[in-house]
Amino acid sequence: MTPKAAIRAEGERLLAAFVQAGAVPVEADILQPAGTLLDLYGEDIRARAYVTDDPVKGEMMLRPDFTVPVVQAHMAHGAEPARYAYLGEVFRKQARGSGRASEYLQVGYEVFDRASPEVADAEVFALFRDLLTGLDLRPVTGDIGILMAAVRGLETSDRRKAALLRHVWRPTRFKALLDRFAGRAPVPAGRLALLERLKAGSPAQLIAEAGTFVGLRSSEEIAARAEALVADAETPPIKATEAALLYDLLSLEAPAGHALSHLRGITPMLPAIGPAVDRFAARLDALAARGVDVATLAFEASHGRTALEYYDGFVFSFLGDGMPPVASGGRYDALTAVLGAGAFIPAVGGVIRPGLVARLKGAV
Amino acid sequence: MIRVGVPSKGRLMQDCFDWFGARGVGMRRSGSDREYSGVIEGVEGVAPVLLSAGEIPRELAAGRIHLGVTGSDLVREQLGEDEVAEVAKLGFGHADLIIAVPNVWIDVETVDDLDAAAAAFRAAHGHRLRIATKYHRLVRDFLQRQGVADYQLVDSQGATEGTVKNGTAEAIADITSSGETLRANHLRILSDGLIHSSQAVLWASRVAEWSAEDLAGYAGLAAKLGVPARPF
Repeated sequence: MTPKAAIRAEGERLLAAFVQAGAVPVEADILQPAGTLLDLYGEDIRARAYVTDDPVKGEMMLRPDFTVPVVQAHMAHGAEPARYAYLGEVFRKQARGSGRASEYLQVGYEVFDRASPEVADAEVFALFRDLLTGLDLRPVTGDIGILMAAVRGLETSDRRKAALLRHVWRPTRFKALLDRFAGRAPVPAGRLALLERLKAGSPAQLIAEAGTFVGLRSSEEIAARAEALVADAETPPIKATEAALLYDLLSLEAPAGHALSHLRGITPMLPAIGPAVDRFAARLDALAARGVDVATLAFEASHGRTALEYYDGFVFSFLGDGMPPVASGGRYDALTAVLGAGAFIPAVGGVIRPGLVARLKGAV
Repeated sequence: MIRVGVPSKGRLMQDCFDWFGARGVGMRRSGSDREYSGVIEGVEGVAPVLLSAGEIPRELAAGRIHLGVTGSDLVREQLGEDEVAEVAKLGFGHADLIIAVPNVWIDVETVDDLDAAAAAFRAAHGHRLRIATKYHRLVRDFLQRQGVADYQLVDSQGATEGTVKNGTAEAIADITSSGETLRANHLRILSDGLIHSSQAVLWASRVAEWSAEDLAGYAGLAAKLGVPARPF
């Protein structure tokens, strides 16, 4: 068999296993409207996805993943609960000299089920583990929901919480904001000068003094943010104890069982994470019920916090040496709300790269 | 024969000829003013190729020229480090690629402010804050490194400073040398909005074929120019 045929055969085997597990096989277009993906991921995705032009439909992208079209199809006319499986090429630009494939097969499994999210999380993880048995992969898990709950529970302004939540997937920016809100980083010189100026007059007066008005952003919008900046400057820093807990959470890496004890230990000091920690505990029970050894399962609180992702709860990867993740997935409840135009359903799923599985099996 | 791409007209051409001339390598256009061919004196095995500065990155990437003089902004926007190597910064053609916003945005001084304003703008207007530029890669890489979200780049190949007034963008990212055009269009540079400080650079193509003869010719040229004896 040629390598491509061997990889496709591996993909077909995995797809059949997903169907066996109860999924309905679905197809998705290779050409996806660019607008939806750009609105979700922002301009960053142009560096990762191939963009092309259609004379009628406008800007299109070669499918960078299946999740968005599968969620859209489900939100449009899916019955509940639903399990879907798919197999097909995805296209990703790669850095020069990385040697990584820019076109490869993905086989995936997605669960839309309101009944018990933690049980669904465990179902997906255990299914992937079973299919990848014997390949000597290292599973890593995380839970972005705990981090988001911790931010929501901070004793600070809603504006600061919103700024942190907006950047949960951009660790560098998130840390810069947290450092500033916690008083660990000095206020930038530019901001101090700006505050001085803003205190020198009313926003309307300052805007008038700034000369000819140009642009779509209205003077009301400008004034509203100017007033918010002044109010923010008077907001006290996040308390040192609270900030320390959040920094601790960001760097938490431990076997899942230990991580749970640790999180239980800090919950009295950060009560807002209580429900998220309960969900974490329920998930570990569900995983244990499926034979996963949670005493050794790796847990990293910051796992899955990379750009171009949309996970907001459980996340997992199966890692091999010297290659991209062989499989990855997670929960993306918020994405269904965004794509469902108001409708919402809890969703969890993941993908496997048959090409890497075939390589690990020595088939290519 | 080593082919050296040099700008074919204007100030950039003259500055380039002067730079080589000051190092004992005479370069000038030959024939009539309208004919794009040149001669080089003082070195052996080197031929000048007069090109539009904007075409030099492409010619370097294709390996049709061994060396080329053009702005670092164009090369960083279009090429990767596996395609060209920097031989020498030439100290002229200075221009900065910057981000500028309307001067009436009294609440926006830094990239951090721009990010926050973009979030509010998107919520209010239903589309991402538009930044007009022709330097898509440099601008996107810069904003990605800084973790800016909720913006979109709109293409502008000229008169970029006018896009805000014309309502096709909220902010711009463009090359400026004095800032006068920005001020005339009621725009102001963000205090930390310097994306790339550009100047003319002598580049070596890693794609071009370098024969032993070419490398020997290069060593002779390099000795005069005062740069390392190998192109990369």
